[in-house]
Amino acid sequence: MSDFSAALSGAFHLISSADPKLVQIVGLSLSVSLSAVAIASLLGLALGAWLAVSRFAGRGVIIAVLNALMGLPPVVIGLVVYLLLSRAGPLGQYGLLFTPTAMVIAQAILITPIIAALARQVIEDAWNNYREQFQSLGVHGWRASATLVWDTRFSLVTVTLAGLGRACAEVGAVMIVGGNIDGVTRVMTTAIALETTKGDLPLALSLGVVLVLVVLTLNLIAQWLKSFAEARYG
Amino acid sequence: MTSSTRPTQPYARRAWLASLVIVWLGTTATLVGMPATAQDKFITVASTTSTEQSGLFGHLLPLFKKDSGIDVRVVALGTGQALDTGRRGDADVVFVHDKVAEEKFVADGFGVSRIEVMYNDFVLVGPKGDPAAAAGRDITAALKKVADAKAAFVSRGDKSGTHAAELRYWKAAGVELDVAKGPWYRETGSGMGPALNTASGMNAYILTDRGTWLSFKNRGDLAVLVEGDTRLFNQYGVILVNPSKHAHVKKDLAQKFIDWLVSASGQKAIADYKIGGEQLFFPNAKR
Repeated sequence: MSDFSAALSGAFHLISSADPKLVQIVGLSLSVSLSAVAIASLLGLALGAWLAVSRFAGRGVIIAVLNALMGLPPVVIGLVVYLLLSRAGPLGQYGLLFTPTAMVIAQAILITPIIAALARQVIEDAWNNYREQFQSLGVHGWRASATLVWDTRFSLVTVTLAGLGRACAEVGAVMIVGGNIDGVTRVMTTAIALETTKGDLPLALSLGVVLVLVVLTLNLIAQWLKSFAEARYG
Repeated sequence: MTSSTRPTQPYARRAWLASLVIVWLGTTATLVGMPATAQDKFITVASTTSTEQSGLFGHLLPLFKKDSGIDVRVVALGTGQALDTGRRGDADVVFVHDKVAEEKFVADGFGVSRIEVMYNDFVLVGPKGDPAAAAGRDITAALKKVADAKAAFVSRGDKSGTHAAELRYWKAAGVELDVAKGPWYRETGSGMGPALNTASGMNAYILTDRGTWLSFKNRGDLAVLVEGDTRLFNQYGVILVNPSKHAHVKKDLAQKFIDWLVSASGQKAIADYKIGGEQLFFPNAKR
C-alpha cells in the first residue's frame, strides 16, 4: 500500500508545485488529443451521419469494418503512420516524423472509426424514429443528416468524449511517431512509460494519477456544458 | 417546435455553432503553431535507451546548447532500431554502441564515418543470494555457471547493442544458446529498463549497462555480481547520417554536435557526469 500512498502524495506534490515541465507535458497532451478529436469529429460525424441515412449495397460490410476498426491496436496505427511519414516513406518530404503533428495524425486515425461507428448508431436510431416524418416532408440526403446530427447533438457529445478518452489514454501510437522527445513530443502517457522503464514506479503512478485527473476535469467541463445547454435550449 | 414557444432557438443554434467553431479554430491554431515555434536550430539524434535513461543527455545537451545554440532532439531506441532510423533518414546523427553494426552501417553508405566518443561498461546483475555462484570478475565463467545451474536469466532479446554483447559473451563462454535455451532463459524483447523490471520481478540474472543500473530504482533483491572484466567495456560511436543518401540531413549543425562531443569541453562534460559520486561514461575520443 505504501506504493499507492506515495503515488497519491507524489501526484498532489506535482500538481501543487505546478512543475513547469509537467505543465508543458500536460499542455502538449491536451493540444495533441484535442486537435485529433477536432479532426476526427469532423470526419467521423460526417461519415456516421451519411452511413445512418443512406442505403446501398455493401453498407453492412462498411459498418462491420468500421466497428472492427474501433479495436485497432494503436501500435499498428503508429507503425503505419511511421512508415508513411518517414523520410524513406511516401510523405517523407514534409519531415513530419517526430513532431506533434505526426502524433495528431496518428490519434485522429485511431479515433475517427470510434466516433463514426458510435455516431452512426446514435443517428440511425433517431432516423428510425423520424423516417416517416422526414419522408412525408420530403427531407432527404444531407438535409436529413444535418437535422439528425443537430437533433442528437447531446448524445454525440458523449460519442466525442469516448474518442477523447481513447486519444488521451493511448501510448503505442504516439510513442512510435512522436519518439518521446523531451520537451518536443513527450506527452503524459509516454512520460509514464518512460518513468516505468527507469524503474521509478511511484513517479510513473503519480503521473498516471495526474492524467486521470486531467481527463476527469475535461469530462466534468463537457458534462457541465451539456447539462447547461440542455436546460437552456434542450 | 414553433418559434413562438422557443424564441431562443435560432440564437441558441448560432451560439452553439460559434462555440464549436471557436474550439475547432483554437485547437487547429495551436496545432499549426506548434511546429512553427519549434522551427529553431535543432537536430535529431537517434540514440540508445542507455544514454537517455541514465540521464547523460539531460546533463550534456544543455551544455552543448549553451556553447552552440543548437537544440538536440533525442529519440531513444535500441541500437538496432536507432541505426534503422538513421538508415531511413529520420535522424541526422546516430549515437549508439554496437561496433560491428555501426561499421556495417558506414560500409553500406548510410553513415559518413564512425567516430569513437566514450565507453561505459556492462555488469552482470543477479539475486543477492547468487544461487548459481556466479559472482566474480570473469563474465564468461559466470555465464557458464548460470547456464549450468539453469538459473533464471532475462535477455533483452531486442537486437539492441546490449543484446548483441550478451550473445557475444554466451558464445565466448562456450554456451550454445540454441541448445541450452530452456524455460530459464527468458527473452523479453524490451528495452533495458523494462527488462530490469522483469528481472527484478522474477529475481533473475541479467546483463545491463552500468548507467541504466545506477539510475534504476526498482532493484528489488538484485545486486551487481560481476564487474571489472575488460571484456565488459562497451564502446560508443557517433555517426553523421550520410547527406548524399538523405539530402535533408542538417550536416553543418550535426557536424557541430559531433565535433563538440569529441572536443575537450565535450569530453570533460562526459567525464563530469556522475550518479551518487560514480562516473558512468569514460571519454576516449582520439584527438
